[in-house]
Amino acid sequence: MIETDWIWGLVGGLMIGTAAAIFLLGNGRIMGASGMIGGLVDRSGLGNWAERVAFLAALVVVPALMLPLYNVEVSTNITSNLGIIIAGGLLVGIGTRLANGCTSGHGVCGISRFSLRGIVATVFYLLAGGIAMVLFRHLLGVI
Amino acid sequence: MQRIVIAAISGGLFGAGLLVSGMTDTTKVQGWLDIFGAWDPTLAFVLGGAILPMLLAWHMTTKRAHALVGEPFPAKPDPRLGHNLVLGSVLFGMGWGLVGLCPGPAIASLSWGGAGGIAFILSMIAGMLIAPPIRQRIDQLAAL
Repeated sequence: MIETDWIWGLVGGLMIGTAAAIFLLGNGRIMGASGMIGGLVDRSGLGNWAERVAFLAALVVVPALMLPLYNVEVSTNITSNLGIIIAGGLLVGIGTRLANGCTSGHGVCGISRFSLRGIVATVFYLLAGGIAMVLFRHLLGVI
Repeated sequence: MQRIVIAAISGGLFGAGLLVSGMTDTTKVQGWLDIFGAWDPTLAFVLGGAILPMLLAWHMTTKRAHALVGEPFPAKPDPRLGHNLVLGSVLFGMGWGLVGLCPGPAIASLSWGGAGGIAFILSMIAGMLIAPPIRQRIDQLAAL
């Protein structure tokens, strides 16, 4: 980790939390990324589709417009292993819909509400993520 | 219209925060999860920083009758945990660890994530499409 990374983490985190606060106090809704996408994908959230599309469009466009602010090339550093990408994407898609939330919904919005569901979900996805690293990086060496 | 503007402001700020915090970089997420590697604590600052404004926001919901657009605030969720919450979170965590992307950063990095990023988003959408029948099957098994 570069020494200033934690500061940017904190600043970015405050921005993420403020975004969630605006959505909650403004629209009365929980800002969950998986729910926002999932409701469009499985058509369960078409009742407020325009709000979802506006949120997702801004989620793509605003960081894209910020890229020129960076002197270095911004990269996701995603693996080039397509099998891993597909497996990971499927797991994230199925898992977040079964659990009804991901890092933003359960993590940011749930924990701050002292929701037992949010806290339990966060404990389990953090543990599973840690186990995935041990299993797939240290034991199998595939990531 | 107001709802759409608020949603866009929220989504834009969310995306900006994800980029600034480094959460669109899969190596930082995997660095946090990999406690036996070169451990990277950044994600803890991100989550902690994000929870602070939301503590205040949840507190403010107790002082107001409804949200700005007139909608009621979200009701307290069903306190029952259930097998889907645990199983789903485990599956999500596994996928998150494998690639280092969760749904928010995957979408936010669409413009620079390349073919790999798009493949991840399409796989995630496919997973979301097959989730309802999987949930049904799990519920059937759990009821046995």
